[in-house]
Amino acid sequence: MSGFRSAVVTFPGSNCDRDMADALEKISGTAPYRVWHGDADLPERLDFIALPGGFSYGDYLRSGAMAARSPIMQAVVAAAGRGVPVLGVCNGFQVLTESGLLPGALMRNAGIRFVCREVALTVENSQSLFTGGYSKGQRILIPVAHHDGNYFADDATLERLEGEGRVAFRYAEPVNGSSRDIAGILNEAGNVLGMMPHPERMIEAAHGGTDGRALFESAIKGLVDA
Amino acid sequence: MKVRVYVSLKNGVLDPQGRAIHHAIEGLGIHGVKDVRAGKMLELEVDDTVTDAALDEMAKKLLANMVIENYRIERIAA
Repeated sequence: MSGFRSAVVTFPGSNCDRDMADALEKISGTAPYRVWHGDADLPERLDFIALPGGFSYGDYLRSGAMAARSPIMQAVVAAAGRGVPVLGVCNGFQVLTESGLLPGALMRNAGIRFVCREVALTVENSQSLFTGGYSKGQRILIPVAHHDGNYFADDATLERLEGEGRVAFRYAEPVNGSSRDIAGILNEAGNVLGMMPHPERMIEAAHGGTDGRALFESAIKGLVDA
Repeated sequence: MKVRVYVSLKNGVLDPQGRAIHHAIEGLGIHGVKDVRAGKMLELEVDDTVTDAALDEMAKKLLANMVIENYRIERIAA
């Protein structure tokens, strides 16, 4: 597994960047590059880019809105366009929708409250780079911690996402009012995944579960074998 | 010159904050309010070189999220 070249982007206010870097290092065997929001360029020949959770720019204006316009995001958008896998978790998902890499928007939770607990998810697509380690319909337990996780898109977009198998994960219980209980979606090419739940917080027994591990393992294995 | 940009949720987009505010208004004992929609207003101080097109561009690209929000721009004479 050595030689796996990944990067974790840190924005001012990111707070899950260390957890993300730790998960990538533990599972791939190689420490990721740490990239700052103000950097203009990413390291060369990356295999994987992660946008972590947190509250970039204090969630000013809208969650993820400012981060989506930061210098490094232009490089991330370009890399995603070249097919480099990009994973955005929680605030990272919000940054992906705000940057236009994923459709829709993440709005205030329908119940107004911040939700911080483990939730059951259903794996909807087990064929993607990120979800190949799961089986379709599998129930997994992954924690969420967010205020703005209520996924919204117009009906035509939702139909398209469903029809193209781009709903990766769905909540198996009420969480935040998301349209069609969507917890995570893929882009058209399948190399960008955004999700509100935190797989990096479920990778070893000490976390209370390891259901998040297969996401990183399948992505890393898929890339190394390719 | 002052410019005000009003950002509001599109019709049909659920507004949990507006709903909570509505509930709180009823808690004041004031009745007759049928609905509340929360939005935001941004006040910009601009010089004369800032065109309507530039204001439109900043509203579309940053100030509003066109997936869920609309905006309205108002120039206020000094």
